[in-house]
Amino acid sequence: MCVTCGCSDGAETTLTHLDGAEHHHHLPDGRVITHTHAPHAPAHHPSPASPSSQPSVTVHLEQDLLAKNNLIAAQNRGWLKGRQILALNLVSSPGSGKTTLLTRTLRDLRPEMQLSVIEGDQATANDAHRIQETGSPVVQINTGTGCHLEAAMVERGLDALNPPLNSVVLIENVGNLVCPALFDLGEFAKVVILSVTEGEDKPIKYPHMFRASQVMILTKIDLLPYVQFDVEHCLAYARQVNPNLQIFQVSATTGTGLEDWYDWLRQAQQSIGKGMELIAKS
Amino acid sequence: MHEFGLTQTIVAIAAEHAGAARVRRISLAIGQLSAVLPDSIQFCFDVCSRGTVVEGAELQLVEIPGLARCRQCGHEFFLAEPFGVCECGSTHLEIIQGEELKITELELEDLCV
Repeated sequence: MCVTCGCSDGAETTLTHLDGAEHHHHLPDGRVITHTHAPHAPAHHPSPASPSSQPSVTVHLEQDLLAKNNLIAAQNRGWLKGRQILALNLVSSPGSGKTTLLTRTLRDLRPEMQLSVIEGDQATANDAHRIQETGSPVVQINTGTGCHLEAAMVERGLDALNPPLNSVVLIENVGNLVCPALFDLGEFAKVVILSVTEGEDKPIKYPHMFRASQVMILTKIDLLPYVQFDVEHCLAYARQVNPNLQIFQVSATTGTGLEDWYDWLRQAQQSIGKGMELIAKS
Repeated sequence: MHEFGLTQTIVAIAAEHAGAARVRRISLAIGQLSAVLPDSIQFCFDVCSRGTVVEGAELQLVEIPGLARCRQCGHEFFLAEPFGVCECGSTHLEIIQGEELKITELELEDLCV
């Protein structure tokens, strides 16, 4: 019998490879256990994991791997709340039109609210320059090989940006529909942006992101006559993954639908001002 | 590849608890709805642990299946993806298991003997 997981030879072992060093066990309660045995041991089920006779101690930890990021995110959230600042985490695949939507939003809302931007990209300050042209304060974070922003980066970004009280901070995450779903930045809401030039099934292909978001913006709808994109299918997929998702359909080029998105932004900012939790309209 | 960063975190946490002792085993609980690939963690582990007290340790991964509770009727059922439909037709689900991402146990060499 395997001492590590209690399985017996041949029972419910679905896969064995790496010369028997690494293997999986499927337990009756649905858990799957993967582990390795010491390479010099017999192929399957040697005695305990520690091959040497030296005694060992077992430490029970139950430590969350994202705990450090979540702690800093909570600090960011408190920092923002104390200043009544609305922070939104904008996520999408590369090329969805995030920066175009952002620059249009900044230009249109500048007369009525103070907005600033934290730009996340792997490399270049190109997007930050585009934001700067709108006259809004911006800091660029380059993650290098990193595929997502983390709370500590946003903490430094907020320090550098020093946004005024009662303002709005838009955080443009690295273009990626996978990793940013895992990393809380301390934002009020995640806004996932999807364009009609992408696949309409993206909500079910990348369900973690659409589930983690409170708002979805379907962009480039002015291109609908030229592309094969079934809006109804897309919205049905999105609602299947996240029934509470607030969805807007916009074109940042023609301006169609933007007023609904701006209304949501205004309401969210007001709710922050009142210290209230905003629950995305059901 | 957020798994690389997470694996670095795993090695750092284990090394911190180990001090001067060598780490023999790290047990992880990874929810099947957590957006983390156990194979990638395994793949990154050798690279991340090289030259540390964690090098050579056994990595035990326990995958926790996804479990949802329907907000409409209270029915509980297994999920392979972070969404689904309850037998009552509702898609309003609360995920009650399967998003775990943690180190559950460390086995360290006992230096006191």
